[in-house]
Amino acid sequence: MSLAYAAPGHVAELLKRAEGRTPAAVSLDALAAGTHARVAAVRGSGAVARRLMEMGVVPGAPVRVIKAAPLGDPLEVRVRNYHLALRRSEAQTVSVVMSDE
Amino acid sequence: MSTTLESPPQVSAGAGARQLVVALAGNPNAGKTSLFNALTGLRQKVANYPGVTVERKEGLWALEAEQAPARLVDLPGLYSLDAASIDEEIARDIITGRMAEVPAPDVVVAVVDATNLERNLYLVTQLIEAGSPLVVALSMVDLAERSKLEIDAEQLSTSLGVPVVPVTAKSRRGLEELARAVLEAVGSQPPCALWRLSPKAEAEVRRLYAAGAASREGALRDLYSDELPEEAELREAVESARARLSSSDPQWWQEPLTARYRWIEGVTAGAVRGAKDTRPNSTERIDRFVTHRFFGPVLLLLVMTVVFQAIFSWATLPMDLIDRAFGALGEVVRTQMPAGLLTDLVVDGVIAGVGGVLVFLPQILLLFFFIALLEDSGYMSRAAFLVDRLMRGVGLHGKAFMPLLSSFACAIPGIMATRTIENPKDRLATILIAPFMSCSARLPVYTLMIAAFFTDVRLLGFIPVGVVLMLSMYLLGIVVAIVVAWILKHTILKAPPPPLVLELPPYRVPNFLNVLHTMKNRSWMFVKRAGTVILTISILLWALMTFPRSVVKPVPDAQEGAAVQAMRETGVEGKGEPAPSTAKGEGDTSDESLQLEQSYAGRLGQVIEPAIAPLGFDWKMGIGLVSSFAARETIVSTLSIVYNVGKDAGADSPSLIEAVRNAKRPDGSPAWTPLVAVSMMVFFVLACQCMSTVAVVRRETNSWRWPLFMVAYMLVVAYVASFVTYQGGKLLGLG
Ligand SMILES: Nc1nc2c(ncn2[C@@H]2O[C@H](COP(=O)(O)OP(=O)(O)OP(=O)(O)O)[C@@H](O)[C@H]2O)c(=O)[nH]1
Ligand SMILES: [Mg+2]
Repeated sequence: MSLAYAAPGHVAELLKRAEGRTPAAVSLDALAAGTHARVAAVRGSGAVARRLMEMGVVPGAPVRVIKAAPLGDPLEVRVRNYHLALRRSEAQTVSVVMSDE
Repeated sequence: MSTTLESPPQVSAGAGARQLVVALAGNPNAGKTSLFNALTGLRQKVANYPGVTVERKEGLWALEAEQAPARLVDLPGLYSLDAASIDEEIARDIITGRMAEVPAPDVVVAVVDATNLERNLYLVTQLIEAGSPLVVALSMVDLAERSKLEIDAEQLSTSLGVPVVPVTAKSRRGLEELARAVLEAVGSQPPCALWRLSPKAEAEVRRLYAAGAASREGALRDLYSDELPEEAELREAVESARARLSSSDPQWWQEPLTARYRWIEGVTAGAVRGAKDTRPNSTERIDRFVTHRFFGPVLLLLVMTVVFQAIFSWATLPMDLIDRAFGALGEVVRTQMPAGLLTDLVVDGVIAGVGGVLVFLPQILLLFFFIALLEDSGYMSRAAFLVDRLMRGVGLHGKAFMPLLSSFACAIPGIMATRTIENPKDRLATILIAPFMSCSARLPVYTLMIAAFFTDVRLLGFIPVGVVLMLSMYLLGIVVAIVVAWILKHTILKAPPPPLVLELPPYRVPNFLNVLHTMKNRSWMFVKRAGTVILTISILLWALMTFPRSVVKPVPDAQEGAAVQAMRETGVEGKGEPAPSTAKGEGDTSDESLQLEQSYAGRLGQVIEPAIAPLGFDWKMGIGLVSSFAARETIVSTLSIVYNVGKDAGADSPSLIEAVRNAKRPDGSPAWTPLVAVSMMVFFVLACQCMSTVAVVRRETNSWRWPLFMVAYMLVVAYVASFVTYQGGKLLGLG
């Protein structure tokens, strides 16, 4: 993972702090609803990954899973003060680290 | 309304002063259309971009009192200049001056939602890079103020390098300042991109600039866009630069995206104070219910029920009125014009044809009203969120839900609504199954069949068979659509499951002006398009049923008069009173049916009889089938002619129902049985009998290939299903 270069200072620091307690990064779809986190990396490539990033899902951005749709998929995610629906398969390509706030 | 957009605008004053072109760009839901309506008032025109049904809205904006107004172009929303759907592509092409019909805008007004600044500014960074003079209109400032969010417009303007004007469309706040800023921006030096990449990438950009790229922005575009530059030397330089970058970081392409956001974070940090969370609490609370595990789907069903109820019951009265008005008009014309072929053409072809389209206008208006309401309030994206998992099961997109729902009223608006689906294959699959949804034009057929054979028949003594049949027909369409979608998505339209990246905007009280505008504009497009096609087909159909003329035996004058009288009862099929069958003499009825039998349509019916006999149909029904390929509901009026009950008999006309029940085959057995009726209904559920749909699909897909494919495969499906219904029924002893 190209975290060292892609992630800005505060994410790197978060990563460092988190090392002792939890596994460094989880994918967004594994995040429990309500947990605050920050994007560590977008691993996908192609149009979907690009669209996600254009919508603000870039390393360092705060994210929070709000809830899953009634059939378990898609997820409602809060990014940069707005809400986004995305499929679990897409959420899987986004790795996040938990944050305190 | 009929003037084309290409025609020069009325205002050509200002001796040689070229008319300014201003484009409104911004994220979906940022408030572009509200601003557009506020700036142009009623001086706007709507058409489609050639080849696609993306709405093209233009209006005149009086920037200054004595000057000629500017051409203001409202664009579909877009998140990024790297377009993902047709909507976005069109918007991008206009902004960057690549669209032939619209000159490159002199000024781009970027509409930026103040309550969602960071994501909205992403597009602004790209617009800055694209290099056209730019003004930022900060919308939703009223909402920002309410949630204690303070935005320092001056500070924002300094950081961005472009003027920023706070506006509120509804209260017309800031509109004059916006006009002034736009006038000042004309011809001004466009700002330059201020964000920076990592040193390594910046070095590559500088190298490309040296190798011949037009500017820093040009070098960035060359390096990171999908296309490669034409010129060989530069292309080589770009290719090797990309190779170097990707060798050290496989995700090298992400760098400008991250860098733009990083820069935006800096800009907003300096210009925004106060509340961080601007999402209204009401939205959270509403969503707790609307997307709830249990209540969400229940509410969705409820909403659908209300919409259908409205379309099918509230629309009946105005539909009846329109129907009668056209009937009356036909009669007036018939009495005013000398009897003859020309009069027949005008009354039976033109007036009946136009009436046949306009009859659906109330339903279309209502449907568009609800769609606009649901879209504007923010509910539509919740519906897509709720059903996405189900839709994906057949390989479709959550966004396909809306188009398919609309198709229950009419496939035309439904197909038009597919334009928001990004992936062309998903969009095509949705278009191809949309006509399976039982539209309102099938209702007259269902009504006639049920009224003739299933009134007062009950299942288990209390369930009316008619209701069960009606529901079954709707279900049949849905089930077949699912199966076909699944097959299409696994064969010719094979593609990985479509991604879903969908914004769930805050709920807003719909702006009724917007809703009315949308309703008016879309309905007008429907009338224009469907009108021309149906009109043509009606005239053709009339000709097929009128020629060649049968040899008319000499009749006494009195009877001739009666024949003319009978012909006067004319016009569109309606739900009016039964035709007074006593008003007809023997002579004229046999004349009319004799004429029909000898006409091209009649001969065609007899030619196809062997093919449709296995479905339980005789040649007279064949004529009805042939005519119904123009538009389904015409079968009712055609059957009325075939069975001599007068053309104005409606689907629930007792005389037509009697005639259908009593119709005999040559061997004396009844032509229709309940089984034949069901077979007929099944055929009507599944066959693509609608010229307007074919025409719209042709426009949407820009080729004849898909509409022809659609007609063909649906005909096969309908034939097989009817065959199985009829033959299976006979085997079970139901015949
Ligand atoms: N409170 C408030 N609401 C606004 C304002 N501008 C627009 N709205 C509302 O925001 C919603 C979206 O506005 P539109 O004008 O349709 O947005 P748009 O940018 O044209 O959206 P698309 O055409 O879908 O890209 C509507 O419900 C408007 O009533 C504003 O300044 N203040
Ligand atoms: Mg709009």
